[in-house]
Amino acid sequence: MDLRDTPAEAAFRAELRAWIEENLTDEVRRGRFEEAGRDWSRKLYEGGYAGLTWPKEYGGAGAPYSHQAIFLEEMARAEAPSHLGVIGLGMAGPTIIAHGTEEQKQARLDAILSTEEIWCQGFSEPGAGSDLAAVRTSAIEDGDHFVVNGQKVWSSFAHIADWCILVTRSDPDSQSHAGLTYLIVNMHSPGVEVRPLRQITGEAEFNEIFFTDVKVPVENVLGEVGGGWAVAMTTLLHERGTLGFALTAALEAQIRKLIALAKERGATDVQRDAIAREWIGLQAVRYTTYRSLTTLIKTGIPGPEGSGAKLWWSEANQRVTKLALELLGPEAQVIGDNGYWQHQQLRSRGNTIEAGTSEILRNIIAERVLGLPRSR
Amino acid sequence: MDFAFTQEQEELRREARAFLEANPEAPLSELRELGWLGVSVPEERGGGGLSFLDEAILFEEAGRALYSGPFLTTAVVLPALPEVDDQAWSVEVDGFVPDLLHVDRVLTERMRSVPAEGETLATMDETRPLGRLTSSDGEALDGEWEPVRLRLLAALALEAVGIAQRALELGIAYVSEREQFGKKIGTYQAVAHPLADTYVETELARSLAYWAAFSVAEDEEQAPVAVPAAKAFCAETAVAACERSIQVHGGIGFTWEHPLHRYYKRAQWLDAFGGHAAVQRAVVAAALLD
Repeated sequence: MDLRDTPAEAAFRAELRAWIEENLTDEVRRGRFEEAGRDWSRKLYEGGYAGLTWPKEYGGAGAPYSHQAIFLEEMARAEAPSHLGVIGLGMAGPTIIAHGTEEQKQARLDAILSTEEIWCQGFSEPGAGSDLAAVRTSAIEDGDHFVVNGQKVWSSFAHIADWCILVTRSDPDSQSHAGLTYLIVNMHSPGVEVRPLRQITGEAEFNEIFFTDVKVPVENVLGEVGGGWAVAMTTLLHERGTLGFALTAALEAQIRKLIALAKERGATDVQRDAIAREWIGLQAVRYTTYRSLTTLIKTGIPGPEGSGAKLWWSEANQRVTKLALELLGPEAQVIGDNGYWQHQQLRSRGNTIEAGTSEILRNIIAERVLGLPRSR
Repeated sequence: MDFAFTQEQEELRREARAFLEANPEAPLSELRELGWLGVSVPEERGGGGLSFLDEAILFEEAGRALYSGPFLTTAVVLPALPEVDDQAWSVEVDGFVPDLLHVDRVLTERMRSVPAEGETLATMDETRPLGRLTSSDGEALDGEWEPVRLRLLAALALEAVGIAQRALELGIAYVSEREQFGKKIGTYQAVAHPLADTYVETELARSLAYWAAFSVAEDEEQAPVAVPAAKAFCAETAVAACERSIQVHGGIGFTWEHPLHRYYKRAQWLDAFGGHAAVQRAVVAAALLD
């Protein structure tokens, strides 16, 4: 056991810090995410930092997972915006690498890394949230293409996306996990309509996507026709598996701001206790993620202890943002210069819903980690 | 970055677990024969020449087995002595001495080595009674109390992880067997989810306890913050783990006959000794905010 950087990790961290120092301008930091984000993402790609853990043959750096962890830590420390292609890099790309044909890999992967193509996710539907196997969006095979009809919801980036990873029902007589097909769909196809969904924060980060007789070529099936469930599980494994470091990094940045606020405004003994509690929780998540990572590096599979990271983080972020409003006092209702904490507090309510509700995550831990009898 | 124990350390864990399961009440002398005392003391001072991380495994396993001898206190005192001896040691903290009746000498916060004489008090956790010394005067030892204190609090955190783990295991086993309304009660989410929370918290606590142990072993700069952070979180996790386990056991968990109450009392003992979680968090808060 050695929790310090190895010489190779220390060298990577030093090189990365120097690169950030040189490339992360105030313009990028303050810019609107969508415009500034594209430039920043392009810079990350040119610097070789997009797809760090992707295999070299698909344009990645083939770096160990520990480098990805260091990358996310340093980006959070520098308060850098995230890569605009998070869905492509974290979900669509790894799924294509795992299940795609050579043609699909050649056609799509490099454009994900360079942010030339932005991706969105078409999984949830109005009637299929936690119960993903209830999807009804239909894909009927018709010669050399599928005809897609249906509605998807809670889709981040759909309004700027070029491609969508879409879970559909290709066998209209099927139920549940069978009869699903995973498609990659060009968002510029005729019949695709995106409507923004305004959230409780007032902004529209998510969208609804409507598909009306959209033609998708058969070569855009990912995996087997009817084998969509297994492919979707790969995507979710990546969504939840690599999330730990990103979450730790985000929480660290948040708690650093909270401590600065407490120093500036003062804190009661009760608030000091609560701040210490959240800082301790952050260290706990960080080191649990490290343990899970060590298992991943040694065995190829992340350790089960990491399964609680998202669950803990989402509830911690809700407490931290509320604590910040409390430190602001009655002024908390007044949206000042940027309304950072007000926005963060409202946004945090989504954390226990998106990427697996806390209830579903507790079911998964109970059944798959603890081995309790199944409830369904 | 490598956050895992070595194969040798995992082997030590297996041996310790097997031994303590078979001999939960083994006298301290047997643990000494196994080489479990003075593990982290250099060989030239009569120790095992290993690290506090090796000792950490033993503290955790002793907690899981609810071991009641003065192992923990002896183990944290030995590195402070000029040479490893074969006495049983305890420590005096805030005027209280664990296991006073079962040790030979006591190390005080003022670094005095005092004969173990005094009165034993009736304590909630009957397996680890507290005592008070008749006199705190004794022979002065060289060295500082602070490293002893950090080892002690880290060891308490590690023991708490073992307690939480065992309480969770007992809960899982029970809800996987017990049936009500024609179903195993573990199928009910109202029963399963508290155990899922215990699992998450126990793993978080484990990470903090190992981080604290690593910080102590390597004398890292962050040790004075990592240790109270771990003590606070691990002790509270152990208490909550026992409370949830008692709850999912229903009436049987509330009986004297069932072992859970002994784990519960040890968890509360661990939280109280050396300062409750809120006291530890005040140290962390001062480091962050002042």
